[in-house]
This record gives sequence, structure tokens and C-alpha cells, in this order.
Amino acid sequence: MTLEELGRQLSLKVHTAVGKLRTEVTGGYAADLLSCVMAKAQAGNVWVTLQGHPNIVAVASLLDLAGVIITEGVAPDPATLEKAEEQGIPILTTPLTTFTVVGKLSALGVRGVDEA
Amino acid sequence: MPEITRVQELVYEIKIEEVRTRNVITVIPRTSMAELREVLREHRISGAPVMQNDQLVGIISVEDLIKALAGGEMKAKVGEKMTPNPVTLHADEPVVTAVDYFAKHDFGRFPVVDKKGKLIGILTRGDIIEGLLKKLEVEYHEEEIRRYRVSHIFEDIVSNRTSLILRYDVMASDFDHAGEASSKIKRALSRLGASPQIIRRTAIAAYEAEMNIIIHTDTGGEMVAEIQPGQIIIRAVDTGPGIPDIELAMQPGFSTAPEWIRELGFGAGMGLTNIQRCADEMQLESPGGRWTSLEVVIYLNRRRGEK
Repeated sequence: MTLEELGRQLSLKVHTAVGKLRTEVTGGYAADLLSCVMAKAQAGNVWVTLQGHPNIVAVASLLDLAGVIITEGVAPDPATLEKAEEQGIPILTTPLTTFTVVGKLSALGVRGVDEA
Repeated sequence: MPEITRVQELVYEIKIEEVRTRNVITVIPRTSMAELREVLREHRISGAPVMQNDQLVGIISVEDLIKALAGGEMKAKVGEKMTPNPVTLHADEPVVTAVDYFAKHDFGRFPVVDKKGKLIGILTRGDIIEGLLKKLEVEYHEEEIRRYRVSHIFEDIVSNRTSLILRYDVMASDFDHAGEASSKIKRALSRLGASPQIIRRTAIAAYEAEMNIIIHTDTGGEMVAEIQPGQIIIRAVDTGPGIPDIELAMQPGFSTAPEWIRELGFGAGMGLTNIQRCADEMQLESPGGRWTSLEVVIYLNRRRGEK
């Protein structure tokens, strides 16, 4: 499934990199500790987090992630959006909690890195 | 904030001059519609500017010809059937102007004139598409050449020990630019044609080393990526305060990061663990707690664990 379809199904708000939404999502990962993301998230994964500061873009870009979903209505910093646009990283937001977002993603067939 | 594509940029960058058809087939007012039919057929074109004494006086198209054909007016002259004083485009205007003109006016082609108003070409939608595609192709080709050249550095430049050294200054507490050195190292490796797995491991190790300098040092430090034919070495060196107990620091989850940094998601105590997981060799030194030097080696060809 593409990020565009996931965004539509979960009513996510797309903030950046509209042109990069059509790539196929390879799986999902959720955490707020950046080192855990660095260790586990795989290329093409969608990352669900509460963090909204600019470094999430560096992490997503270094790992070639498909995009970042920021939960619980956290507003990403303007610098985050600017960087994300520049580096072509889709940032999506939702008022839903991380738990709910992950549940919905899972129901749509997005698998975790430790699931077959 | 919609993303601006390369094509959209090009539409502003390229001048009409570059995409126009240069060899324009023209007719004169006295040309008959029957003759026009032959001209259009012979050159496989759908219209032509009408010239009189080196002056552009009109434009005639295949639509005008069809109307004349239907009305049995093939003996009529182009001068009677043409659109007089046609809308022209200037050669030094950007292609986006032409795109606007095609949207605004109901014409299939525009004569292109220079600053003095002299006819120097003609422009159709097809010319624009062809011009953009050519430009994109050239740019794609240039990137390919760049990749090719870079990946042959080690074959073309011969020495006993060739290496490419990239140095980056990393400031303490500079969270705004955190990850930039690692991103640049990643891009360099990608240009050099390194495999995705090597790029991933190097990027993770470099990122964690970079973050350690940003989070923990007093005055920042330096990141060095040394790329050799068989291995990549990442060195992160700072001037303190150093690590009093390296064994403790290496334990997964051990962190000295202050609370506000942890709230940002940094300082989870997994940085050194992540580096170790990605490294084929790793050396961490911090004598007397004055400075810290980290060296990570990632093999390019050998499998992990092989010597």
C-alpha cells in the first residue's frame, strides 16, 4: 500500500513532499527514541512518532524511510517541515494516539519489522 | 507546500529560444490554398507563418485549410484566409510564458521573434514537450557520468594507498544541523556506488557518532570519513569532557544525557550499541577523561567477521 492510500484511510494531514506519497510502504515502525529508530526501522518503512523536531527528518532521510506520521496532534516545528520539503520526506499528522494509528496501519496490512 | 518538480523548474529556467523549431517553413500572402496544402503535406507541418517583404504579416494553419476545402475555396489566397497580425512569443522569454499563451489563446502554434521582431522560429506544444524531455535526458545523463567518474576514482588514480577523506565540523548542542554530516557522508557513498547495506551501516554509525558530539561535548568536534578501496573508516574526535568509564558507557541503555535532551528522543543510551552493531571494527578511547576518539571501520568487500 502507498503512503497516499494510508493517508486517505487514516485521514492524515499531509504537510510535505506531496510528490513522494506514491511509493510503496514496506512496513512500519513506531518509537520516540531516535536511536531505536536508527537501529530497527528499515528502508521504505513508515515511522509513527510523537517527535516533531527537525532531527526526525535527518533520521528518516538517513534510513530512506517512506515517511513520518506524527501523532497526538503534535505540531511539527516549522524547521522540520522546511527540512522535510527540501529532502523530500513526507510528514503527515493526526490527532490520534500512536497506539490507534499503529492499530489501524496493522489492520490495513502494514507489517512491523519483526513480523513475517 | 506542494513539491515543485524538476519539470516545473525547467519551465521557468529554459528560454523559448532553446525549444523553438528553428527552420521555419513560411508562405507568402499570394500563395494559394491549394499550394499551401502541398507545403503542409510535404513538410509534415500543421501551419506556417505568412511573410511579406521579410515582415511577419499573418499565420495560416491546417484548420484554415480544412475550412477552405469544405467551402470549395482552394483557389483563394493565403492572404485572405490567414489570421493577420498573429500573437508572437519572444525568444528570450521563459517557456512558462508559452505554456500560459497556449492555455489562454486558442492557437496551435506561435511564431517566435527576436528583440527586433524578426521571425526566428515557431513553437508548438510538441516543441515544448520535446525540449523539456531533451533537457531532462541531458541532466540524467550528466548525473550518470558523475556517478561513473566517482566510482572509478580508485581505478583511475593509482597510489599505494589511495583514500578519499571527508571532514566535517560538528558543533556542540547544534540540534538544528544534527545529522547533516552523516547525510553528506551517506550521499558521497551513494555516488561512489556503495551497496545499500554498506550505506545503511555507515549512515547509522556516522549519525550516532555525530549525535554524541552534539549531545555530550563542550565545544564540538570533528567527523572524518575516510573511504578506501576496501573499507570505510569513520572517526569522531572531540576535545572533552571525555568518557570516565567506557565499559559502562558501552552498556545498552546507559545514558548521561540530561532530561530535556531525552525528551527530544535523544540520549536513549543506545548510540554506542548501535555503532558497535554496524561496525566491523570499533575503537573507543578517552584517556584521562580529556577527549574522546571513536574509530569505526566498515569493510566493503569482506564479509563481517572475516579477516
